[in-house]
Amino acid sequence: MARREAPEINGGSMADIAFMLLIFFLVATTMNIDSGIMRKLPPIVEDQQDDIDIKERNVFVVLINSNDQLLVENEILNIKNLKDKAKEFIANKANLETLPEKKLVKDIPFFGDQMVSKQVISLQNDRGTKYDTYITVQNELTKAYNELRDELAMGKWSKTYAQLEKAHEKDKLKAIRKIYPMRISEAEPKNIGE
Amino acid sequence: MGKFQKKSGKASPEMSTASLPDIVFMLLFFFMVSTTMRDSTMMVKITVPQATEIKKLEKKSLVSYINVGPPTKAFQKLYGTEPKIQLNDQFASVDDIQQFISSEREAMKENDRPQMTTSLKVDKDTKMGIVTDIKQALRRASALKINYSTSKRVEDL
Repeated sequence: MARREAPEINGGSMADIAFMLLIFFLVATTMNIDSGIMRKLPPIVEDQQDDIDIKERNVFVVLINSNDQLLVENEILNIKNLKDKAKEFIANKANLETLPEKKLVKDIPFFGDQMVSKQVISLQNDRGTKYDTYITVQNELTKAYNELRDELAMGKWSKTYAQLEKAHEKDKLKAIRKIYPMRISEAEPKNIGE
Repeated sequence: MGKFQKKSGKASPEMSTASLPDIVFMLLFFFMVSTTMRDSTMMVKITVPQATEIKKLEKKSLVSYINVGPPTKAFQKLYGTEPKIQLNDQFASVDDIQQFISSEREAMKENDRPQMTTSLKVDKDTKMGIVTDIKQALRRASALKINYSTSKRVEDL
């Protein structure tokens, strides 16, 4: 029997098939990587406990009204200045009487004994507040914490907090979080002037 | 003039298209790897607010989405222009969230459940009232890890 050469498959339509698949994937998929501000909600407590007493000097009160105006510590404040004011409050570097008290925390890894401020940020908004404003305020408060943490991390390891996070240095992150714990408490919103 | 002379007998060589499939396949693989499947069609119009202190949501399978915004043009006749909640492929009310969260939790693997995150995709012009109601519903459903979906802000405040 004479050996016949196997007929070659026509590759001309290969491009069309690939194009078809490509277009299918272009239509059926999305590119966006979701990102956003992470928050943890407080769990619901069954039996209503009495409110824990926190001294007034330890609380940084931020109120947002339905016209998206800010009242911070009984003063009207521009949102641009919120971060600096929050930073000043959280750290209380000058040990002022009006800013939060400090408590000695012993044996923080890497840092030893440290004075940690008893700060709490209380955020309250109106039901008519715009979501955009709320997010901007949340962002500024987060930024205040992050910048302070960065300063601390830079001084100790000359790396930013985010860099430590990337390197999965869990112990170092924990130590920093102990010195600057993020405490943002959100009160139930009021309903004044929708 | 020499420039516009008639073509001589030699035919212009045809461009080889043999590598075209390879190029297209390369594109195809790029898109297959870098994109994710579109899970539901958006029935609400959402422009997320901008922020700087953002974190990426890593594991998509652990995230469930709650979309809030004004209905798109096609649905405005039926539902009006007030912000609405969309869960999966349909409009819902705040009361449906608890049900939604528990069914999402059921669908997850046992050891993934504590890490479940709820991403709130809310239009930036929405009023906080509805967002607060959602947050309360999430607390009742004990889905405490949330993420306010935002895009990256480049310019200063």
